[in-house]
Amino acid sequence: MVWKFGDNIDTDQIIPAKYLSISDPRELGRHCMEDKRTNFASLISSGDFIVAGNNFGCGSSREEAPFVLKEIGIKVIIAKSFSRIFLRNAINIGLSVIDCAALVDETSEGDELEIDLSKGKLKNITTSQIYQSQPMSEFLLQIINDGGLVNFVQKELQKTRRVNK
Amino acid sequence: MGMTMAEKILADHSDKEEVKPGEYIFANLDLVMGHDVSAPRAIRIFRKMGAKKVFNKDKIILLEDHFVPNKDVNSAESCKLMKEFALEQELTHYYPVGRAGICHAFLPESGMVLPGQLIVGGDSHTCTYGALAALGTGIGATDLAAAMALGKLWFKVPETIKITFKGKPSKWITGKDLILFIIGQIGVEGAKYKSLEFDREAVTYLSVSDRLTIANMAVEVGAKCCLMPPDAKIIQYLKERTREEIDISFLESDIGVNYEKVLEFDITKIEPQVAFPYLPSNVKPISKVGKIKIDQVVIGSCTNGRLEDLRLAAEVLKGKKVPNYLRLIIIPATQKIYLDALAEDLLKVFVEAGGVINPPSCGPCPGAQMGVLAKGEKAVSTTNRNFVGRMGHKESEIYLASPLVAAASAVKGYIADPRELLI
Ligand code: SF4
Repeated sequence: MVWKFGDNIDTDQIIPAKYLSISDPRELGRHCMEDKRTNFASLISSGDFIVAGNNFGCGSSREEAPFVLKEIGIKVIIAKSFSRIFLRNAINIGLSVIDCAALVDETSEGDELEIDLSKGKLKNITTSQIYQSQPMSEFLLQIINDGGLVNFVQKELQKTRRVNK
Repeated sequence: MGMTMAEKILADHSDKEEVKPGEYIFANLDLVMGHDVSAPRAIRIFRKMGAKKVFNKDKIILLEDHFVPNKDVNSAESCKLMKEFALEQELTHYYPVGRAGICHAFLPESGMVLPGQLIVGGDSHTCTYGALAALGTGIGATDLAAAMALGKLWFKVPETIKITFKGKPSKWITGKDLILFIIGQIGVEGAKYKSLEFDREAVTYLSVSDRLTIANMAVEVGAKCCLMPPDAKIIQYLKERTREEIDISFLESDIGVNYEKVLEFDITKIEPQVAFPYLPSNVKPISKVGKIKIDQVVIGSCTNGRLEDLRLAAEVLKGKKVPNYLRLIIIPATQKIYLDALAEDLLKVFVEAGGVINPPSCGPCPGAQMGVLAKGEKAVSTTNRNFVGRMGHKESEIYLASPLVAAASAVKGYIADPRELLI
């Protein structure tokens, strides 16, 4: 189901800096969006969506922001637009992010969605509306298909090791 | 067609002769920076990647600035992990608390940032280095781990927005006022994913310190990087700090390049600027601020914690006392700035005015320690963000301003125009 937010949700709202010294993912996750919605983390079921306005994830470069959202069970974020570093971090950790302003305007909190990432097809089941978003560039799909940047680097390092042998 | 500054630097670091906006490339990195928040996470990911050695032990900078001196056991553990990693990898540039200061103040000051470089940092304000014509951009922890292992990262070549200024600012106008003014004009998404380039005319009247302040806040309009063409002032600044050969010949956009937009601002008449909560774009000129009583003033951070900033603040605070209900917190951004401010008796001015001097560090800027705000409290701060809860309680308020406005506000107890005090 959809959790809806407005414009300019910044990384301090997603995860306040004062918690960044916590290394346990579950404990960190508990503080996700806490200033915005009380007990947000405990309300989420795995596979839920965030639908938000412009500039989602603006602010600091903390990777903990997409990380806590993924950790508490968010699968996809659909926004009118994302901040650059948030988008980069989300892709690098394998959290899907899609821009689709039309869906954001016509979707309410609690709606159910169905998403086909490979085709960029989005469906709001509650309203029966279908949307098409920009297909992701092949370059980024390759990183996502590798399972994020960690696996990508692993592959690169193996290549260089083979060359050095 | 020619290339913009950002395109030239990215092409120069890839295996391509020419790159175009929108293109994805792999580019080689000159410097990779991580601090006590981003590096510990990156080190764990680095190990998970199966990496054994960093790509180059001279090109990685690990530095403690956010939660130091360690604020709790977790931050102590983070710094310990950084130390172990720095020792194991024999890093040339490892700076624990007391050796450097805030990353974006320290790197330029120490002569490590050079024109034409490509620098990534595990911190969003890495765009600061654009003041010295280096393409600096912020990355997250996984990117930082990949950068330490491979010495290269993927980039999307950004489009460029050019900014030019008309006229000369009055003497009350600092770099902070100019960048707040721009953010107010174009909004927090005004340059999203873009390279924010200032032209030669725009920077002519600006000191290197003012340029660093402006470039620092480019991320507040969503920019990927900020770039300013280097001139004689930059060469002089670098000569005092490094013996490296400096080549600036290619560091200007070609004539006739395709800018996404060109923005011209008349700066002759602008007043000191203040950004109201809760966005840096919520900007008002000082004459429209009204009488807002404050509880705290913070002068410091990577935006405005340089010696030039402390001098401005001291000029206003000299011989004055701040009201008893107001806390004044001063943070020299680096160890060197601390020493220089001590030698110039600036710290004495602050302490005599009733201020407290924090050690070189981020202090209350990220809201973790050494000056956080209680519910309902208001602060004037020379930092760069005034988001909800940034400096403490979610119902506290931050007003962003220049060191001059901050110091004048400290004297008055409400947000004040420095011209009232100094004329
Ligand atoms: S001073 Fe503030 S903005 Fe600058 S690096 Fe530290 S926390 Fe970030």
